Amino acid sequence: MTTTALSAFRIDPVSGLRMDLKASTLIKANAVAAVVFLLIGGFFGLGVGLTRWPAVHLLPAEWFYLALTGHGIIALIVWIIFFEMAVLYFCSSTLLSCRLATPRWAWVQFWLMVIGALTTTVAVLQGNSSVMMTSYAPMDAAPHFYLGLILFAVGALIGCFVFLGTIVIAKEEKTYEGSLPLVVFGALTAAVIAIFTIASGAIILIPTFLWSLGLIHSIDPMMYRIIWWALGHSSQQINVVAHISIWYLIASLVFGAKPMSEKVSRTAFLLYILFLQLGSVHHLLADPGLSSAWKIFNTSYMMYLAVLASLIHGLTVPGSIEVAQRRNGLNRGWFEWLRKAPWGNPVFSAMFLSLIIFGFIGGITGVVMSVEQVNMIIHNTIYVPGHFHGTVVGGTTLAFMALTYFLIPVLFQREVILPKLAKWQPYLFGIGTAIFAVALMGAGTLGIPRRHWDITFSGLALGHEFPGIAYLMMAVGEMAGVLMVVGGVSFIVIVVGSLLVGKKIPADAKPYPRVPDADAGGHKKIGFGGFEAPGTFVLAMVLFVALVLYYFINFKYLATLWTLT
Amino acid sequence: MATSYTPPEKAIWWNEPIERTEIVWITIAFLWCFFMLVWMIAWHWIGNQNMANEAYKITPEAYAKKVEDFTAQYTVRQDVNDPTLPVVHPPAGGDVYLAASRWQWRPLIELEKGKSYRVHISSLDWDHGFSLQPININFQAYPGYEQVVTMTPSTAGTFTIVCNEYCGIGHHTMLGKIYVKE
Repeated sequence: MTTTALSAFRIDPVSGLRMDLKASTLIKANAVAAVVFLLIGGFFGLGVGLTRWPAVHLLPAEWFYLALTGHGIIALIVWIIFFEMAVLYFCSSTLLSCRLATPRWAWVQFWLMVIGALTTTVAVLQGNSSVMMTSYAPMDAAPHFYLGLILFAVGALIGCFVFLGTIVIAKEEKTYEGSLPLVVFGALTAAVIAIFTIASGAIILIPTFLWSLGLIHSIDPMMYRIIWWALGHSSQQINVVAHISIWYLIASLVFGAKPMSEKVSRTAFLLYILFLQLGSVHHLLADPGLSSAWKIFNTSYMMYLAVLASLIHGLTVPGSIEVAQRRNGLNRGWFEWLRKAPWGNPVFSAMFLSLIIFGFIGGITGVVMSVEQVNMIIHNTIYVPGHFHGTVVGGTTLAFMALTYFLIPVLFQREVILPKLAKWQPYLFGIGTAIFAVALMGAGTLGIPRRHWDITFSGLALGHEFPGIAYLMMAVGEMAGVLMVVGGVSFIVIVVGSLLVGKKIPADAKPYPRVPDADAGGHKKIGFGGFEAPGTFVLAMVLFVALVLYYFINFKYLATLWTLT
Repeated sequence: MATSYTPPEKAIWWNEPIERTEIVWITIAFLWCFFMLVWMIAWHWIGNQNMANEAYKITPEAYAKKVEDFTAQYTVRQDVNDPTLPVVHPPAGGDVYLAASRWQWRPLIELEKGKSYRVHISSLDWDHGFSLQPININFQAYPGYEQVVTMTPSTAGTFTIVCNEYCGIGHHTMLGKIYVKE
């Protein structure tokens, strides 16, 4: 059965990739939808930030909780999963030079997700579904709040199967030789985790939907939290895998880097499939009725093997860049390769900032806060949003921005407008996110609760006064939040502007010069001390020491608490 | 030549040698991961701050009754900040019953420093948060499950229970108090 004739291709002059035009249209549609929802989600986020900035306290309580629900769902779920659909189609169809399997079903994916996202957004805006992204039963939202999420998830599930189908076709039609490229292997990992995640979502959201209609009598609160977090946490792991794949991709696109070792990087991805999902239990560490043995087994990812995987990628991605740079002649000293990296190119700078913020801020704190005992001084404080803005915003969103800067000329065939702004945008957004995350974590350590409209407790007989330094940290954090919004709006202006008015790039032009593969020059001796990437090793050891210190600082603080047994 | 987005040079990629930078780092990282696992388990013996592992299923009605009886039995005075609220002083070493509901943590409690108490935590309606400030101890509370934590206050003073799980429009008004006497 040959159907290749049914699809038209365009040869990308830069990468030499054959791009299926139907796939290209779908990638564009998903990417554009993603950016539109990023705008809406960011707008809600600005409302939340300006309310939690104590001196501003912008929104009234009803609006604040509404905006916070909208922000969580749209920024954390809708923007990211739409972009991930684009990434999945890009990695399967474009990177494997293969036609997309069943473009019709891919359009079903797109429209189901659009309708689902809009349905839930409308439910939130109607005001009777301010239940936060987590919507813990027995707190109840309007039925269409859940229905929208279910439709959205079904759409995403279809997208995963279109991705898998495309990989099967590529193998069948021999559009590539040998094994899958590492980036596609990573995307495959993301898709596998996504299918598990969405199945968990269906298991809990469908009964909850039926309950909201009155067809089911009750939802057990513990069951809800356990299964919901198999959706909620695992979906963040899809993001991790997706953005790590993008790191590898960009290292190759910008530097011609190849993985230091296929074996190590692929095994690390495999560890994610095997152990990441267990991490969902991090969210249940302070819950009643679940034993410590069960919590420890799961939250250590059995034996911290998924953490090990992240530590590995954290070394091998910059390591591959270092090796490529050294092979290309930047072999002097520890850090010439990094100093002379193209810091003005937003594709690289956004990717590298994503790597640093994810590792040093999101990663270290994530490992420490998910220790069963340490969680008691962090659970549900504003430390938690601080942490996950370090992973999902500083890590995932920034990596997606990096890829977008690459896709504008290659996929949309438009020049990026406002190049000066584009050069600075990753720094605005990244530094804003970093300060935001660190300041909120500081405030959380001092007990400031998350999802809370009024930490002054004004007008209440009982009352409570948080320390002044906590207020200062909230103010600093939310000021940085505004910087983050400025960076985010700049990104949206650049993307939408480029698509609408950016200069068209002729089909045969090369928006980027082809980067030669770094190992083309044979086997020069690089690095020193037997290490090909000594600079990266030093950076990794800095991360390691920071992690170890931070781990014990938290135990020292924990040990000052009341005795709890 | 291979990159990360083209197929690996050798289809059989698992026979490639691993470079020293990677192997040294993987060894260090693995040892640390293993240490963290051991330390988390060990803290149950060497540390004094651990999750309790004691919990019961109970209906919100039955739990409300327990709290009511507890309050009736041990109330010692009305609160200075809000005279409508009773302050309960349980015997040292005894049980303390705290109920979360929209939007209050009740009753108010008075404890003695250095004495141990079995503190029961549950909710009568939705999910709530038990966040004891300024000491910063946090637990989750939800209806149908009663968690028992044995606490020994090591500092005297006034402590506030702040709800830190969103529980509807009055969430930010939801407070309770624990007074610890010398």
